[in-house]
Amino acid sequence: MSVVSVMGAVFNLNHPAHTVDWSFIHLSVANVVVIGLMLVVFFLAILLPFPGAAGRDAARRGGGSA
Amino acid sequence: MSTGSGIPPIVSSKSWTVKVREKGVESLPPERLLPDGQPTYVASWIYVFGVASIASLVVIIGSGCILALKGPAWWHETGVGHFFNSIHLWSVELFFFAMVVHLWGKYWMAAWRGGRGRVWVTGAIVFLVAVPCALTGYVSQQNFDAQWISTQAKDAMNSVGVGSFFNLTNFGQMYSYHILLLPIAVVALVSLHVLLVRRNGVVPPIELEEKLKS
Repeated sequence: MSVVSVMGAVFNLNHPAHTVDWSFIHLSVANVVVIGLMLVVFFLAILLPFPGAAGRDAARRGGGSA
Repeated sequence: MSTGSGIPPIVSSKSWTVKVREKGVESLPPERLLPDGQPTYVASWIYVFGVASIASLVVIIGSGCILALKGPAWWHETGVGHFFNSIHLWSVELFFFAMVVHLWGKYWMAAWRGGRGRVWVTGAIVFLVAVPCALTGYVSQQNFDAQWISTQAKDAMNSVGVGSFFNLTNFGQMYSYHILLLPIAVVALVSLHVLLVRRNGVVPPIELEEKLKS
């Protein structure tokens, strides 16, 4: 079975798009999922420590070169 | 007169090339254009999304060039064509994803501070120009999806009064916009945006700037 067939079995796309309706807001579920993912990535980018950032900060406070 | 080495002597002049060079070096010295390093505050995930947008743009341009070389029959009917078609689509998805997170990050850190107004404005214009660049791509696919999108979106164009200039059902016009005019605009604006970032430096966090002021 090809990859396309397997993916087609997982996601049934043979129907009109599901939508989210709230007042004048009318969005497809796919777009809501992408917007949600962008928000998750945005907050993770703020909260998660960057590799090596603490070391650079310590070097700067200690008078070393950053 | 010869210098003996076969190279003619340089005559000091104020030709336009000299003026352009001097202005260029003055506004963007080489050590600012290609710096040794970045400030420590740049070591944060929120500063990654600008370069992620540029990386996606490089993949978009590369895959787009291959699609343009081979044409619609290839990208619809062959396995490799489908692959590059998908690479092009998903790099566009990634470009917009990274660009939106970059925009949110810069908005909430008020990235126009410290004389960086033009950096912010060029970034915002890139986003606005990238939207029709993507739309013209969707309507240039040469399939039923393209037909559906073009016939729906033409009403939006007509409703704002630009339908006679920008005809979404005209494949030739849309394809020209998509592979020539709008990509040139996006790449030029992104280049200007990056040069302005180099010139002004990456915006510091608000609390650091306040600490430095006090």
